[in-house]
Amino acid sequence: MNKDEYKKLVKKHTPREDKLHNTIYAFLIGGFVGFIVEGIIQMLMNMFDLTRVVASTWTCLIVIFSASLFTALGFFDNWMTKAKAGLLLPTTGFAHSVQSSALDYKKEGLITGLGSNFFKLAGSVILYGILSSFILVLLKVIIHG
Amino acid sequence: MASKKFTNVYIKDNFAIVGPLERDGLLKNYDFSMDDYYYGEKTFEQAEIKMQKVVMDNLLLHNKLTDSKIDLLVGGDLLNQICISNYNAAKYRIPYLGVYSACASFIEGLIVSSTFIESKQAKTVVNITSSHNLNAERQFRYPVEYGAIKKHTTTFTTTGACATLLTNEVTNIKIESATIGKALDMGLNDANNMGAIMAPAAAETLVTHLNEMKRNTSYYDLILTGDLGKVGKELFLEVLRQSHNIELKKYIDAGCEIYTNNQETYAGASGPVALPLVLFDKILGCKKYKKILVIATGSLQSVQLANQKLGIPGIAHAISLEVS
Repeated sequence: MNKDEYKKLVKKHTPREDKLHNTIYAFLIGGFVGFIVEGIIQMLMNMFDLTRVVASTWTCLIVIFSASLFTALGFFDNWMTKAKAGLLLPTTGFAHSVQSSALDYKKEGLITGLGSNFFKLAGSVILYGILSSFILVLLKVIIHG
Repeated sequence: MASKKFTNVYIKDNFAIVGPLERDGLLKNYDFSMDDYYYGEKTFEQAEIKMQKVVMDNLLLHNKLTDSKIDLLVGGDLLNQICISNYNAAKYRIPYLGVYSACASFIEGLIVSSTFIESKQAKTVVNITSSHNLNAERQFRYPVEYGAIKKHTTTFTTTGACATLLTNEVTNIKIESATIGKALDMGLNDANNMGAIMAPAAAETLVTHLNEMKRNTSYYDLILTGDLGKVGKELFLEVLRQSHNIELKKYIDAGCEIYTNNQETYAGASGPVALPLVLFDKILGCKKYKKILVIATGSLQSVQLANQKLGIPGIAHAISLEVS
């Protein structure tokens, strides 16, 4: 059996991931997170008489803090495994990736462990986030002047 | 010849420890179990070293052995530089050889040990292996608390350690022969489907063993593979059927014998300790099988080289046991 024949055999025997189910599931969970976040924004706007921009910034901080706290308390990874992309893609996923890396390397020193591995997973998000926003701004300037 | 015959190599004793999930799974006859992954230590790596030490100390105590009475210690595990076995070996004053064949390390260790005993270079040898789910996650995959999403083909690294005593004194378990596997790269580089990487290597080693020893599969009461898992097991049987016209009847894969279906372990168990746990727990424990061919399988992956899109080599070493 050559490599190509074997690759075909592997493909045949590999269980398929149910993409439609996963997409709908992630959409619903992600949407639910968005629903809660919108609720917090409205609550802050009403309670403290804030503008939407200021309330959104505070909400973002609350969400990041909660995700990090839940990771540190040890149950957010279980939620992640079940909720999949629904919790991975929002800000909760970013905070969780940083926090889980920090927890993983904390015993290996503040510089050599925690410091150098802090953005192990989130580094790509930061780099390509900045890069894509730079390109989009550049396009906006070129198109709109 | 990849195969070697042994005339005076015997397995005398074995001690095993299992992790919390394995304790709640299908295994029953282990010696110790852990309530949590730290095992009273500060880190998971230190917990794994302690696991090796506990099984080794108990093996020595049970057989009334001291360091000076053991001619050789052979150890292997999954972590970089086989650091767990190295750090454990430093706790004893025994000549030490470290081996690495990923999840086939236990059988590689048995082959090395048996060769020393057969050539009368050693009389008493201890073979040790271990794996720890969270250490493997940290090294090969994602941070432990990340809870990364897994594919159905992913196998779950078994937590446990196993120390085995080999000797030239006659016991009821004889190591009769062994076949050293060849590393085989089939061009696959998905580290989340190790069963597919290892299955062709397992088939090749089985066929080499049967040809060189002039046997057919009916010679054995049982053929036991290491940790192919649900996906790899099917591929192994399919490769044997299509390329070698062999239908296996009396066959078990250790990867499918550790966890229950309710435990979320995807395609089954993996890790160098998965095979010895099942071998000593279920296979040798039930005294049903007299002639057993054990084929340990290993996926020799490196995180760096897999990221460079190179194919991952698989390997399989086989050992034939005769139980009286």
